[in-house]
Amino acid sequence: MTAALVLIAVFTLATAAVALSLRNLIHSALLLIASWFGIAAFYLWAGAEFVAFAQVLVYVGAVSMVVLFAVLLTRRSRADTVIGPDSVARAISAVITGVAVFGVLGVAILKTSFGRLSPADVPPLPGGTGVSSVISAPTATVRDIGIQLMSTHAAALLIIGILLTVALLGAVVLAAQEGPESKHESP
Amino acid sequence: MSLDPLPLCLLFSSALFGLGLIGALARSNTILVLLGIELMLNAANLNFIAFWRYGPATSPATGVMFVMFSIAVAAAEAAVGLALIIAVYRHQKTIRLQEANRLKG
Repeated sequence: MTAALVLIAVFTLATAAVALSLRNLIHSALLLIASWFGIAAFYLWAGAEFVAFAQVLVYVGAVSMVVLFAVLLTRRSRADTVIGPDSVARAISAVITGVAVFGVLGVAILKTSFGRLSPADVPPLPGGTGVSSVISAPTATVRDIGIQLMSTHAAALLIIGILLTVALLGAVVLAAQEGPESKHESP
Repeated sequence: MSLDPLPLCLLFSSALFGLGLIGALARSNTILVLLGIELMLNAANLNFIAFWRYGPATSPATGVMFVMFSIAVAAAEAAVGLALIIAVYRHQKTIRLQEANRLKG
């Protein structure tokens, strides 16, 4: 159980680290897709199957394509996907910052006792112990998620639909090529 | 050394966040900076799922809901960000951050 988590974590972190240190943009994008696959595997491991499939659909399927299109649209020549070296001083300070953030978060996580938090907050079930309800995994079937999306979170679902529509229309407007006829259109 | 799954998940997510931060700060290519930010968003989603799975019991699908909406917002953000990159590239003919320093179009 834990070994699988460590394996997934090592795979995801290794692909992400290599992706962010490569010079070739196409290789970086493909390795980041592998990293997103690792995150989807983590969701599957944690029992959130629907989120895992959403992650595969949205990140591995859609965002990766948008990223690859952006890489290919912003190169000047056919071999222009290899970028020049970045400044070493900035890289060093970035690594120091990142390691410091990870250190602070890691120390905070390791100093916190999560085990004491969970069972105390759960009211004991009739005919059972409160601890068992914490140990047993929560289940969210697609049916549960659908019912909650349509009842409790219906307003949020509508708002996210409007947000996606507005964002994608804005993206089209931003990225649209200005043709010669758009110069003399009426204000 | 035996750790519970929850701290392990949180350490995993912090490491991913740190990696994304390093990528976003160190690289000068705008696409890689955006991908670093995406990694940080993904790390936050990992936290939601980890606390949903191992944290105090809540209503059944709360963490899943949060992550669904978070993924939707991240997708919108990625689309707008990459459209901005293409628009900047058309004006400046480069996507290096240091060279995109003019406010005048």
